[in-house]
Amino acid sequence: MFHFKQLTDWIDAMLHTYLSEGWALFVEFVIVGVAMLTVYAVLALLLIWAERKVCAFFQCRLGPTRVGPFGMFQSVADMIKILLKEIIILNHVDHRLFRLAGFLVIIASLCTFGAIPFDKGLHAIDFNIGVFYLLAVSSLGVVGILLAGWSSNSKYTMIGAMRSGAQLISYELSCGLSLMTIVILSGTMQLSQIVEMQSTGWFIFKGGIPALIAFVVYLIAGHAETNRGPFDLPESESELTAGYHTEYSGIQFGFFYLAEYLNMFIIAAIASTMFLGGWMPLHVSGWDGFNQVMDSIPPVIWFFGKTFCCVFLALWVRWSFPRLRIDQLLKLEWKILMPISFLNIVLMAIWVLLLN
Amino acid sequence: MSNSALFLVVLVTAVFMVVAALCMAIWLAPKSTNPLKGEPYECGIQTRGPSWVQFKVGYYLIAILFLVFDVETVLLFPWASIFKTLGADGLILVSFFITILALGLVYAWKKGALEWK
Repeated sequence: MFHFKQLTDWIDAMLHTYLSEGWALFVEFVIVGVAMLTVYAVLALLLIWAERKVCAFFQCRLGPTRVGPFGMFQSVADMIKILLKEIIILNHVDHRLFRLAGFLVIIASLCTFGAIPFDKGLHAIDFNIGVFYLLAVSSLGVVGILLAGWSSNSKYTMIGAMRSGAQLISYELSCGLSLMTIVILSGTMQLSQIVEMQSTGWFIFKGGIPALIAFVVYLIAGHAETNRGPFDLPESESELTAGYHTEYSGIQFGFFYLAEYLNMFIIAAIASTMFLGGWMPLHVSGWDGFNQVMDSIPPVIWFFGKTFCCVFLALWVRWSFPRLRIDQLLKLEWKILMPISFLNIVLMAIWVLLLN
Repeated sequence: MSNSALFLVVLVTAVFMVVAALCMAIWLAPKSTNPLKGEPYECGIQTRGPSWVQFKVGYYLIAILFLVFDVETVLLFPWASIFKTLGADGLILVSFFITILALGLVYAWKKGALEWK
């Protein structure tokens, strides 16, 4: 079975034979950076196109059709267009914070993106406290959004940012608690090890009912974390024009747009890593022929297949449900998801005790 | 390669991406001056009063509640990662902790901190 670890190991060995230690390390760092940027940008273009296409089919339309086959290059054209748009800085904004907000949002999403294991050995960062790191870095985005809204000095952005702040920090709790149930089950916080442990069965099957509950809670809370779908109060068009990024234009608006789409992918990727086995193929014990067929599919395809299933679910939810009110939103988190997650942790602990 | 170095690489990559995109946009994008472009977005009339005002206190209450429960999540993670070795003792010990926290949530609920007024 082909693993990207073979490729990365080969590159590593090649560089060390031809270059000195320091230069080899430097070239590797550059390769990591370029690879990450490429995947990040390509995924963003793909996701934007996919969203427009899926949304169109939900609404009995065709979506983009003109640029390229099936309108595939529509998002490339949009990206060029957004680069060509004038960057307008308003008179009364807080300039430094106004510019800093875009940086923070992108840093938060790219740092989280770096920790996702796409395949064996195909991840930029692999901390032994990986889950912890994910939660810590992804919450940096809230700061960016709050800064964007506050520094714009406009009433729409202020209301949008405040709503977004309340929503993101509330739903972060459920996210953390539902990921914790998987940490209890696996006994490690390192993402690559978590994936390795699922070779005998994905955690959603191994963990039984508590894992299933955690998965559903994570999907709901994660979806709310991306500011989309029925939880898009921070940028509810009908009341707040565009919420916290109303005053941004050109590429500076593009950063928020990019981060939003990538965050959707990241949430789906974490869900598939923690619950659906990451790049591990589906195995059913006893069915040897079936397992061999599943093994022949490359792990990267497995990872992206699972992740895009979760992404499709997110799109489906987004285009099917009406927007919540803010009191309903906070009620859902604090009175329903939080108590469920608390109970679920105890439930999972009991489940693990029964398994051993 | 150590993880901390790679984390720095990722961080630099993120900053590089924003800076590169901004530079490209500044180079490519048209620039035209018009005093009206600097006005905040409104429905056609000028904005009245400052936007940096005191805000609804409900949001701050949510933030305080978040702090309480987030710190608790941080404390629970190490327990979660060694739960398998702790066994039943770990469950009994942590159930005290979770009960106290649940009481905190019940208290906030009864006090009406979770209601949106």
